[in-house]
Amino acid sequence: MWGSRGGAFVFFPADPTTCLLVAATIIAFSGVPGLLLNRPALGQLIAALCIVAASILGELGVIALLSGSPASTCRIDWPLPFGPALLSVDLLSTLFLLPLFLVAGCASIYSVAYWPAREKAGAGKLTLFLGLFAAAMVVVVMARHGVLFLMAWEVMALSAYFLLTTEQQSSEVQRSGTVYLIATHTGTMALFVMFSLLRGTSGTFVFPLSHSISQAAPAASIIIVTALIGFGGKAGLMPLHFWLPGAHANAPSHVSAMMSGLMLKMGIYGILRTLSFFDVLPDWLGWLILLIGTWSAIIGIALAAAQRDLKRLLAYSSIENVGIIFIGIGLGLVGQRTNNPYLVICGFFGAFIHIINHGMFKSLLFLGSGVLIHGTGTREIDRMGGLARRMPVTSPLFLVGSIAICGLPPLNGFVGELFLYVGAITDGIVDPLPLAALIAPVLALVGGLAVISFVKLYGIIFLGTPRSEAASHSHDATAAMTGPMILLTVGCLVTGLAPVLLVRLVTPVVIFFTGLAFPDIVRVTSQVPLVPLTIVNIMLIFLALVIGVAYLLRLRTSPRSLGATWRCGYLEPTSRMQYTGTSFSEMAVGLLGTIVSPSIRRPGLATPIPTAQARFDYTVTETVLDRILTPTLQWVGLAFSHLRKVQNGQLHIYILYIFATLFILMVWPL
Amino acid sequence: MNSFADQLLVLVMLINLVMLGTSRLNFSIRAVAVQGVILGILPGLIHPFSGHLAGITIGIILAKGVVIPYLISDAVHKAHIKREVEPYIGYVPTLLLGAVFTAISFAFAEKLPLAPEHKDLLFVPASIATLLTGFLLLTTRRKAISQVIGYLVMENGIFIFGMLLTEAMPVMVEAGALLDLLVGIFVMGIVINHISREFSSIDTSRLRTLKEE
Repeated sequence: MWGSRGGAFVFFPADPTTCLLVAATIIAFSGVPGLLLNRPALGQLIAALCIVAASILGELGVIALLSGSPASTCRIDWPLPFGPALLSVDLLSTLFLLPLFLVAGCASIYSVAYWPAREKAGAGKLTLFLGLFAAAMVVVVMARHGVLFLMAWEVMALSAYFLLTTEQQSSEVQRSGTVYLIATHTGTMALFVMFSLLRGTSGTFVFPLSHSISQAAPAASIIIVTALIGFGGKAGLMPLHFWLPGAHANAPSHVSAMMSGLMLKMGIYGILRTLSFFDVLPDWLGWLILLIGTWSAIIGIALAAAQRDLKRLLAYSSIENVGIIFIGIGLGLVGQRTNNPYLVICGFFGAFIHIINHGMFKSLLFLGSGVLIHGTGTREIDRMGGLARRMPVTSPLFLVGSIAICGLPPLNGFVGELFLYVGAITDGIVDPLPLAALIAPVLALVGGLAVISFVKLYGIIFLGTPRSEAASHSHDATAAMTGPMILLTVGCLVTGLAPVLLVRLVTPVVIFFTGLAFPDIVRVTSQVPLVPLTIVNIMLIFLALVIGVAYLLRLRTSPRSLGATWRCGYLEPTSRMQYTGTSFSEMAVGLLGTIVSPSIRRPGLATPIPTAQARFDYTVTETVLDRILTPTLQWVGLAFSHLRKVQNGQLHIYILYIFATLFILMVWPL
Repeated sequence: MNSFADQLLVLVMLINLVMLGTSRLNFSIRAVAVQGVILGILPGLIHPFSGHLAGITIGIILAKGVVIPYLISDAVHKAHIKREVEPYIGYVPTLLLGAVFTAISFAFAEKLPLAPEHKDLLFVPASIATLLTGFLLLTTRRKAISQVIGYLVMENGIFIFGMLLTEAMPVMVEAGALLDLLVGIFVMGIVINHISREFSSIDTSRLRTLKEE
């Protein structure tokens, strides 16, 4: 279907690979002028323009590829002993490149206003690593050679570390930076194992062709498991997600947008790419991925509901969304094993559409959180409030993002989940043992919790009256910050109103990945009610507009009295009498107690009115990091601290160690 | 000729023990210089004469017997020290340890799978004994100067072993070893200079303050 349109792009003759490589190079070096110039603000502007231009070029390359122009393979004959490095793009790569260039361009414009070089320190470093980060991700997606892939992967991971530690004076930032660094390198270690085994199986570091490795190969299971560990950790799958909330929360907001919207997807890309090497995948894999996805989705969103920190909430919701994407992939894989084309097509469609969607709405929300932090100077949602009046532009944009992320119509988040629902329910009807159908209630549960989380987020932040001095003096952001958000919002709206666009975009990728024929796919997708969905969505928006206009008209004519929001008839209400985020989600958190288990310290109330000052503490802990990893590692550190006696600072003793070793080696064979 | 070489090697081992037993730095330096001269003569005894060999002999005698000892005694004069005081282990125990190590190296050399033409020579045990003596000096002495001497003795041990390995010594290997040594001396010299300037002492046991806590 895209091939027939190829003629439309004749004016753009360049080869997609070249196009993308040029774009990646420009992005990679975009930060350099800023380091050389005397005026950092000018350098930042140049970098933003470079990235925007390169992103447009990159998107053109992606469109050319989607429209059917063949991509060449770029070969680098480097002097390293791993064989020549290959770079290329295929349809699987486009799925990730499409949101990548969009979000990178948006983030670079946003950064000019969010982190102005004139006012804030570290802008040069931020700009340089932002470019490197984006370019490394492009190369990760394009690499067709294990060693090149790992190099790009490391550049990506390390530039993310430097971006995340921009505010390095804060000890919290340092801690989350260290946790991130350890987590990412543990993952990379698994990837080293994986690529070495892959080389042992295929004989070369060049990526094997799709479906060319037999499942019977001795290392096949280990390759798949190490890929799940290495890439799954980067994608933020439970239980390897522990680095993610801290890293996303402490990075500058446009960096969080790129980390959440793009970098997590690199983990998903890695897993999809690895799976594509094998001819047949083992039976357990689909179920395992389905299980991990379900686990991540439910626990991710349950933890999100309990958060008080704006960006931590968004970060946990990223874990949930990655979980949903993995549910889709798992459904697809289970469908492949049980020869159920409905499950395959719906699963992969759902996953792939959600990858693009999440890139858009999560970036939108993170950019929005940047505006809020910029305006109020805090990340605590319980200190915000009443911002809808003070931020008339950001507030509706944030609302659109929130609705989209909850998976509600008429926005794009619904489209991906619709496919998953259809797949799961069809399986329930068709399959004699409909285990996969259980995904439908899981998705419903996740959706419900997401609604709680985001109603809380939006309601507490934007409605009511300001809860702190800073929130009452906040202001809306400049056009450089809202502009990229508007662009992303338009993206969410358009794809939500016309889901056919998304389906057409993803169809060639699904054909490429599953190897199913085009007519089969059309047969399934035509049964998903996309056109009715468009009509209903348009009607929904129309209805909302009508009600809104009617309400405004009514407001004009009816008598009005001015007062604080939610005053509820009190004579002297204070902002502290409002619902807080914590109290709003208290019931949900109470029901999810075993999963979330926040540590609460409340004062005992003997009399109805407390006589002395009392204090209520509510801390959300991160189970894996705070209760399992940190104590274990502390214990290990304590156990190894005895070894430090060996390092006693005496030169003679050090020489004695060498001497003793030599002596033992001498005497050993005697 | 070989029996003469063996006698010289015995002398080398005796010098090792002398160095372990003495407390005077000047005496140690002279002893290491004598050891260096003997080592310079040794290749001439076991290999047929050639211009190349003569060059090496002269080079080694100059380096090990003259230049390096001169540099060290110069450093000793500048740092105003005469004797090693308070070694970690007393002189008599180190002397005994040296004797034990020499015996062990003989036992060890017996077990080594050597080429038959090297079996009967003292080269291997002498080399190991000298090496171990160097180590002993490095570990038991406090003063940085004594450690430089220990380092030199160790290098002598390696040199003795090197004589076995090649029929005619390639200049490159020997030049490399000498350069290594020279760099070592320079580094030590700089370190000593800095220690005595900073701490007005060259006692390396005071360097503990540099330990990372």
